[in-house]
Amino acid sequence: MEEVQLGEEEIDKATEVAPALISVHPFEKSVVVALGSELRVFDLEGDCSISLSDDSGGPGHSDSIRAICFDASGRLFASAGDDKLVKIWTTDSWCCIRTVCADKRVSAVAISHDGSFVVFADKFGVVWVVSLDRDGESQALCAKKPMPILGHYCSIITTLKFSPDGRFVASADRDFKIRVTIFPREPLKGAHEIQSFCLGHTDFVSCLAFVCPSDYPLGFLLSGSGDSTVRLWDFNSGCLLATCEVGNMALESNETDKGNHPAVTDISSSADGALIVVSIQSFHGVMLLTCNFSAKSLSVAKVVSMKGSYVPTSLCVSSLAKHLWTVMGASNQPSSGTTQLARVRVCSISRQDRSPHGHDLFVLEDNDTTGGEKLLSKLQGSSDVTEIESMLASTTSALNTAIHNLLTKKQYSSEKREFRKKNRNDRKQKQEPFAFR
Amino acid sequence: MSNNNEKAHHNGQSGRLPRKRFYRARAHSNPLSDSHFPIPICPSEVDYAQHFPHFFPSVMCDQDKCDAPVPKVRFADIGCGFGGLLVSLSTLFPDVLMIGMELRDKVSEYVKERILALRASNPGQYENISVVRTNSMKYIPNYFEKGQLSKMFFLFPDPHFKEKNHRRRVISIQLLDEYAYALEVGGIIYTITDVEELGDWMRTCLENHPLFEAIPEEDLKADPVVELLTSATEEGQKVARNGGQTFKALFRRIAFKE
Repeated sequence: MEEVQLGEEEIDKATEVAPALISVHPFEKSVVVALGSELRVFDLEGDCSISLSDDSGGPGHSDSIRAICFDASGRLFASAGDDKLVKIWTTDSWCCIRTVCADKRVSAVAISHDGSFVVFADKFGVVWVVSLDRDGESQALCAKKPMPILGHYCSIITTLKFSPDGRFVASADRDFKIRVTIFPREPLKGAHEIQSFCLGHTDFVSCLAFVCPSDYPLGFLLSGSGDSTVRLWDFNSGCLLATCEVGNMALESNETDKGNHPAVTDISSSADGALIVVSIQSFHGVMLLTCNFSAKSLSVAKVVSMKGSYVPTSLCVSSLAKHLWTVMGASNQPSSGTTQLARVRVCSISRQDRSPHGHDLFVLEDNDTTGGEKLLSKLQGSSDVTEIESMLASTTSALNTAIHNLLTKKQYSSEKREFRKKNRNDRKQKQEPFAFR
Repeated sequence: MSNNNEKAHHNGQSGRLPRKRFYRARAHSNPLSDSHFPIPICPSEVDYAQHFPHFFPSVMCDQDKCDAPVPKVRFADIGCGFGGLLVSLSTLFPDVLMIGMELRDKVSEYVKERILALRASNPGQYENISVVRTNSMKYIPNYFEKGQLSKMFFLFPDPHFKEKNHRRRVISIQLLDEYAYALEVGGIIYTITDVEELGDWMRTCLENHPLFEAIPEEDLKADPVVELLTSATEEGQKVARNGGQTFKALFRRIAFKE
């Protein structure tokens, strides 16, 4: 019995590891890394690091940040996470203009196209909306509170994305489901009309990206999943158009792993879909995919390896599609001093519009990175690559365990299930007071 | 246990109705828990031919398949319990495919055997009803395409009195989004309960949902299904025996407009 309990505690600790995140301003004016509860911002235009200020009157982040994003215009930025806070920042002064307190831990966040609403999802599968009243105090107090707009019944929502035209909001969960909902004009009253469900993944869905090729104004949706595939969807009908198996390729080039499916952890693309990049669990580098939208095919175009056991935990391409920004790191990892370390790598994107394979990708050396050493020492916490790499040695396996514990459905033996039934949380609460008396 | 199953199977084949005492089940099941039964990935993965063999051409005429439209389930009884409503509806709408969804394994097993027994003893009848074991609060979109259903039934659902358990109720504003997705415009949602508090809750949820409108009284009188809500189900009969009250809420799916 004791062994079982020990096992459970271990899982709880490992779950606390959160991946480092990276997000770049749509016009590459700034870049943000979130590591643990810390946001690191570097101003690419002014070539300097930025310190954040807070006018919202709310508390600062005190636990792992799980989601960050810019809005389409680049004027707003949002961060949210395990401390149940959603913080909204204005990017001209990098000042927090609003702190929203959620009931549960926040797992995803997105800003509506016109920048007037922020939506976020909690770990119970409810998506909430807050209105950003830019005209000051004109709106009623009730509009200040987050309102629930939709729900994935008791499932962790992994990501939220708005379609390029702003008409739809897509939400993905660990029950293999992608829901595409019409984002109404008055979202505070709820988003009830479901455009489609995109069903086909056989494991949790980890990431989404909308693409809008010039010949197809309606656009498409791309998704990555724990089932090692990236899929292309017609999100208007929910029809699966193409499936690209990336797991085998990731395993081939890495002799590691035990034959289980490495999950696709992140996806990023240029707005027209000419560039699609994915990161994969335990895979040293990124994979460049190519999509032929007329033939409805999706395949791996190039494997971009990165040295130094570099497994990116988050990817981002700006609207300009000049660079691919990647980061590797995790919260609660061993660190040299007081600063947590992460590794940032940047790839340059070369446009090959006439090529059938779309764009190409080249890994930049640290010296060639925009912002150079100044940027890296800000975002990474240090510019000493050898030190960072030794600190990050166990990051990948810790993150793999954390993702597994968080998103993979647990299979219990019948004895263990009985044991868990006996030790249900609601019963424990009842018993404890007696134990203390 | 295996003995019972054998017996049950035998019952089904010989046309003898299964006996409830072999299928005793807990009255409640937790809809929030992770499911450990197989779930179809998407509606096209569900083998409806296996559920309704009479309505699907045999494997031989596979080539003609594309010509004839594939019959689709039109009615869903969510939390069908022991299947009383399905059995009554089956003869009322003999050409309509309908499916019951039940979370409790043993209960769904009972309904399956009951349907097999009815089919065996009434050749040509009861071919249009079947049952699946699933959590309909999580997996409705895995079974039905958009706008596929014309009727959905929620009869005597679990009341979940405690406020912290309200999210376990099968009718909620958020779950109604998914039911609206599965229902065609004009499709009807039928709810009934003997618990006044839950009746108010279900009515309020439906009234507040922009994709549903209340059905006028006179339309209800013309609908032959309404009477079955109380007379055909076990729970309904129990309430009638005890002289209890029931609370209905019937709403129609309307088109989204902005």
